[in-house]
Amino acid sequence: MNQAGFPILSLITFLPLVGVLYLATLRGDEAAVARNARFAALWTSLVVLALGIYLWTAFNPAVAGFQFVETVPWLTGLEVQYRMGVDGISLFLILLTLFITPIAILSAWPIKRRVREFMIAFLLLETMMVGMFAALDFVVFYIFFEAVLLPMYLIIGIWGGEKRIFAAVKFFIFTLAGSLFMLLALVWMWRNAGTTDIVTLLHTPIPPRIQMWLFIAFLASFGVKAAVWPLHTWLPDAYGEAPLPGTIMLAAVMSKMGAYGFLRFAAPMLPQASAAAAPLMFTLGVVAVIYVSYVALAQTDMKRMIAYSSVAHMGVIIIGIFTFTVEGVEGALFQMLSHGIVIAGLFICSGILLARGETMALSRLGGLAQKMPVYAAALMLFSLANMGLPGTSGFIGEILVIVGALKVNFWVSLLGAAGMVLGAAYMLVLLRAVLFDKYTRPELAGLKDLTAGEYAMLVPLAVMVLWLGIYPSSFTHIFDAPVTAMVQAHVAALAPHTAIAMVSK
Amino acid sequence: MLTLIAVLAPLIGSVLAGVGRPFLGKQLAIGASILFMVVSAVAGVTSFALLVQSGVPAAPLHVAEWISVGGFTPDWSLRQDMLSLVMVAMVSAVSLVIHVYSAGYMAHDKTVPRFFSYISLFTFAMLMLVTANNLVQLFFGWEGVGLVSYLLIDYWYERPAANAAAIKAFIVNRVGDLFFAVGIALAYLVFNTISFDGIFSAVAAHAGNRYTLFGTSFPALEVISILLFIGAMGKSAQFFLHTWLADAMEGPTPISALIHAATMVAAGVFMIVRMSPVINHAPVAMDVITVIGATTAFFAGTVGCLQNDIKRIIAYSTCSQLGYMFIAAGLGAYPVAIFHLINHAFFKALLFLAAGSVIHAMSDEQDVRLMGGLWRKLPITWVMMIMGGLALAGIPPFSGYYSKDAIIDASFAAHNAVGLYGWVCGTVTAGLTAFYTARLVLLTFHGTSRAPKHVQEHVHESPWVMLVPLLVLSVGALCSGFLLRGTFIGEGFQAFWGASIAVPGTVMQSLDQVPSWAALAPLVAAIAGLAVAAIMYIFVPSLPATLAQAFRPVYLFVLNKWYFDELYDAVFVRPSLKLAKFAWRFGDEQVIDGVPSGLATLTTDASAQTVKLQTGSIALYAFVMLIGLLGFLSLFLWVR
Repeated sequence: MNQAGFPILSLITFLPLVGVLYLATLRGDEAAVARNARFAALWTSLVVLALGIYLWTAFNPAVAGFQFVETVPWLTGLEVQYRMGVDGISLFLILLTLFITPIAILSAWPIKRRVREFMIAFLLLETMMVGMFAALDFVVFYIFFEAVLLPMYLIIGIWGGEKRIFAAVKFFIFTLAGSLFMLLALVWMWRNAGTTDIVTLLHTPIPPRIQMWLFIAFLASFGVKAAVWPLHTWLPDAYGEAPLPGTIMLAAVMSKMGAYGFLRFAAPMLPQASAAAAPLMFTLGVVAVIYVSYVALAQTDMKRMIAYSSVAHMGVIIIGIFTFTVEGVEGALFQMLSHGIVIAGLFICSGILLARGETMALSRLGGLAQKMPVYAAALMLFSLANMGLPGTSGFIGEILVIVGALKVNFWVSLLGAAGMVLGAAYMLVLLRAVLFDKYTRPELAGLKDLTAGEYAMLVPLAVMVLWLGIYPSSFTHIFDAPVTAMVQAHVAALAPHTAIAMVSK
Repeated sequence: MLTLIAVLAPLIGSVLAGVGRPFLGKQLAIGASILFMVVSAVAGVTSFALLVQSGVPAAPLHVAEWISVGGFTPDWSLRQDMLSLVMVAMVSAVSLVIHVYSAGYMAHDKTVPRFFSYISLFTFAMLMLVTANNLVQLFFGWEGVGLVSYLLIDYWYERPAANAAAIKAFIVNRVGDLFFAVGIALAYLVFNTISFDGIFSAVAAHAGNRYTLFGTSFPALEVISILLFIGAMGKSAQFFLHTWLADAMEGPTPISALIHAATMVAAGVFMIVRMSPVINHAPVAMDVITVIGATTAFFAGTVGCLQNDIKRIIAYSTCSQLGYMFIAAGLGAYPVAIFHLINHAFFKALLFLAAGSVIHAMSDEQDVRLMGGLWRKLPITWVMMIMGGLALAGIPPFSGYYSKDAIIDASFAAHNAVGLYGWVCGTVTAGLTAFYTARLVLLTFHGTSRAPKHVQEHVHESPWVMLVPLLVLSVGALCSGFLLRGTFIGEGFQAFWGASIAVPGTVMQSLDQVPSWAALAPLVAAIAGLAVAAIMYIFVPSLPATLAQAFRPVYLFVLNKWYFDELYDAVFVRPSLKLAKFAWRFGDEQVIDGVPSGLATLTTDASAQTVKLQTGSIALYAFVMLIGLLGFLSLFLWVR
């Protein structure tokens, strides 16, 4: 059936549901249930991660196409099949999801209320996200894509901060409204090709005139998810109000769903429209980098500043994707991976202060480097990675996007790289406000440095940041083949049309 | 292999001192840092000596793969040609000396291991920079030294001034780095490789390439060179991007000596020299380099004359001397630029460390107006300061004389407008340099003490752990000029540098053909500067105040550092902060968020009611999802 010999993708996708079932059967007094629920969820996610690492080792990076493909007939009359499969692009997003989930579950330890329900929602979320990245059928993809919303909506709405209902509803409306457009596009493409198999869709040409409409639909849907400017305003509210584990998943993984959508659907299926829309996307990306960085600079709340920095980085990713150069696209992918890890680290650093009963108001923090040196070192590392310092993960994606963008246009490259300066500005302001200067309040001197649980969250992330920065090849090799194939296909798809256009002139 | 040891040893020392601190204890952590620095310096100097002996550079040492995407394949590798190894030897040696000095200077600090961890890390990054075999690894070291510079300026992070200076340094540098990064990208676009060997061998083939900007077509190599030079301007604190260097003096003094004088700030010069085969094909960029360098030399020279903080005076002199190096680099006299870079590293580190010794003795006082008469109490420091000062002022036989004169000669020999501008600026600045150096020494060590009584009582000569490094550097300040002159820029310079530097035309040969009046002019200017300082600060002490009164506008202009800080604050900093507030409060919250938020608020009321009823009922959401799925399926059936 596939090279693993068993349906490994379905196993990875649905194993968390086994955990959910187990959690649902837990009985006993509340404290015991909470404790068991935490450990059960953590172990489930770790087992899934182990499977994911096995998937990585079994994966053949030289092949550009999909691997580990599983097919089960489903809605046969509708030509819809349950199909799963991964190529280099989706594999590493699955790995990112699997890697971040246990860390996010660890970060949920301080949650005291309805722990079992929280863990259930969280494992559901993992299933939905992995399923979405592994889906090889558009309908299956769409169902997972939508279903991700529900557990996340619950996580924000029930366990969030003060304005949680507002944030949850805003998040829900924005993303749902966006995906309705995708549904329309999906229906059209399904009628056009007679199947919803993604591999077939990738090779089904679509008239350029229609492509434009489909692209707009995709933009509405994936653009909201990826928080492309100006569709980003749900994000600071959602990030700010979600409980820490929710924020981590939102920022680290869910924001990548949109970028993944662009890479998997919009760009390869609609080559003419993507090429035509590239200037628009560059503009949106550059505006995101510059404008949103400025907005981040003005923030007075640590969590919101990090949230806005996340939007600015999504701008870099969008620019990279639409360069349609190997360097740019791989840079965007790498930036997705790096951003997922770095932003998780930053949000955990903010959560560590919250767990000590501290505020997020930058004006009421300061001087923490004195009594919390390890914390300071960790926050420093993630901040440096966030501003793209060479040697950390952030640099690789950034320089590759700069290089890719320069092949297209000097100004896109220069302005897109402006994040180097602006990103440094707001991150250094953040570091100063949190770590340096004198204590703004005497209570800050009483804070303790990291606990064992916090080490367990931050050390893996820090190791990844350095690994990605010093030896990125272990990851770029995964998606080298599919990206090269994608760029070649894009160029080839455009070539005959330009030739015709030149002749007709 | 030796080069690899030289580069990696400081990294190990840094990790041991930083991460190993809880396990090793304070003394061992410092000891580890210094020990690995000794290893590095021995390896670094030996590898240089071996190359001098053999004359045949080893091939670049491939360490590991780094990035590999398309044709963009920078590796971790170490270049071992003469230019790299000269820098490795200088950096590791000076760094070792400063490590030792710091053990004394920082002895009373609470978190010394952190300090040692930082400076070892700095040394590692700097060595990575000078041994880079491709532009991206150079950029790695470049940003790495920038980071450590930030961390060390901010070493005493409780001080608001240190925080502000550190952020300023990082951001101004990043402005330069932004252009540097785009320059790297453009080099990749043109050459389709970023390894130095690949670029240098293809330069001739791409000399005719054009690149379109602002609707005009420029030679691509010119654009690349200008972009890279903007990066160099940031790192080497050249005119327009110089504002951070003086503020960086907030850091501990050994740092000012190592990072903000001897090594990091010279990285810009090094990079331009490293890229010489490309720069040679960009005549306009070369003129720009000379003009900016000459302007910086003059500008910083004037400002240095009126500063009162002992470290800031030396900082502006650094800025000015870097300007000299760029004059030479822009004229194609790259060996002269490196010659001055090496000499400068020794005498400027000496000056800073001597200043540190003074500050140490004066209970952390840095204002020269509150010093005076120290020479009796600090005799060794006094001698050291004078030696460093004479080298800086360019008085023979001290090292600065040989290299600075060669630069000024080269600019005269260029026989064009740009060269003449460089010559005039260089000669005038030579006078200014001598003047402020003499002013510094006279105000600090001579006359009567103006310090408060309790400070005066505590004045004491520094311990030997600080004085020995001074003595070592003073040997360099005295000897490096005449010892290295013949090898670096003499007859056989081409054989010495080999392929590591590409010198265009006959720049180097013309050095000796300068008429004697032009060759003597800088020395005369320097002696005049010394004489004026002697008059103003020994014989007629009232003269400075009178002059300041008579030329008040000029005085204020120079005193306020040509108003650059005020200008940048008004043009960049404050508008940026305002724009940020505006973008957030108006752009994001009012305009973009206005419509959808209104919608959300409407529904929030409704859903808040629901939540109250059902406390976030899962049933409701499951129901909603079911409806959604039903709708989805029916849509399918309908279109089918």
